[in-house]
Amino acid sequence: MSAGTAAGPAPATSRRFPPVAGLTTASLALVVVGGILMASYAPRRPPLGVPAVLALTGAVLLLAGGYLTSRLRLFAWERFFLVFRWALLAYVISAGMIGFAFVRDHVRGAPLALVLVMLVIYALDVPLVIAFTVARYAQPSGAQPDAGP
Amino acid sequence: MTDVGNIEAGIGHAAQAPSRSRVQVVPLRGLPIVAVVVAFVIASIAGNWLWALTFCHVVGGGLWTAIDLFVGLIVGPILGRLSVAARAEFTARFMPKMVLLMPTLVLMTLAAGFQLALRLGNLSPASPNHGWLVASYCVVGVMAVVALGVLEPANIAVLFEMRKPVPDGAVIAKLMRRFVLTAGITGVMQVATLIIMTRVATQ
Repeated sequence: MSAGTAAGPAPATSRRFPPVAGLTTASLALVVVGGILMASYAPRRPPLGVPAVLALTGAVLLLAGGYLTSRLRLFAWERFFLVFRWALLAYVISAGMIGFAFVRDHVRGAPLALVLVMLVIYALDVPLVIAFTVARYAQPSGAQPDAGP
Repeated sequence: MTDVGNIEAGIGHAAQAPSRSRVQVVPLRGLPIVAVVVAFVIASIAGNWLWALTFCHVVGGGLWTAIDLFVGLIVGPILGRLSVAARAEFTARFMPKMVLLMPTLVLMTLAAGFQLALRLGNLSPASPNHGWLVASYCVVGVMAVVALGVLEPANIAVLFEMRKPVPDGAVIAKLMRRFVLTAGITGVMQVATLIIMTRVATQ
């Protein structure tokens, strides 16, 4: 998949990309809904069927977004990874804090495992959508020079 | 999060802004403050301190709601009437602060709020507040998806665009359109939050 031609990238606003942001945002929405379903039962043990399906679907969408991103050839990978790693750090801290609250509140076993899976998806979804959005408007390496970080 | 709602019109010519000082995407000087706030919230949850949890939830939530509504309803329309150069300069200085401020306020509000509700027994199905809290989860869920999936990526992409020697006005205009399109959703959700939280506090 390419976002330009062999001669060089098209203008940033007219370059076409796969729907990575849409898939990732949908994934985020699914884990948020799953989290709401589980939180609505607190402090009781929630039924896990629907949240598990939502988390699984969210994971599939996240993986699809990651796969489609990995297939891009003319893409500002340096910018993508620069933004991704810093955003990942921020959202791992955020997810860690939420996970800590659940552990602190004695959530254990399968519900805790499902919450942690959802938090992992959340901590990957947000950096992916941020990094993809930034990189899609940046000049790919080898094209016109861009400002540094 | 409205962040910079309603400042899209005309910003597409940001490249012509006279001020070309380097835009800092994340204000590094603010990071220690964020670290202190996050540490305080973690300590509040770990210690289950009623005052600290209330403080984090009320202060964080009050600022989150007020900033969202103020920026969306007051600052945004004013910015829309400023010159292109003034708008671009304001945005370059304003948005980096929002990159740090809003996620910190959201984290502070939600983490402390959930713990507070648990401690006060509001999460119990027998509590008259249970339904209101579930409604607040839904409101926050909508805002989270809009803020994290739509607005924050646009916010950061705009800042990176403004760091270029010659920013692409079309890119900035396209990204800023998201703030206008979602401002209504965010405004309604914040008003709903005010209604829900005042109900919870007075049941």
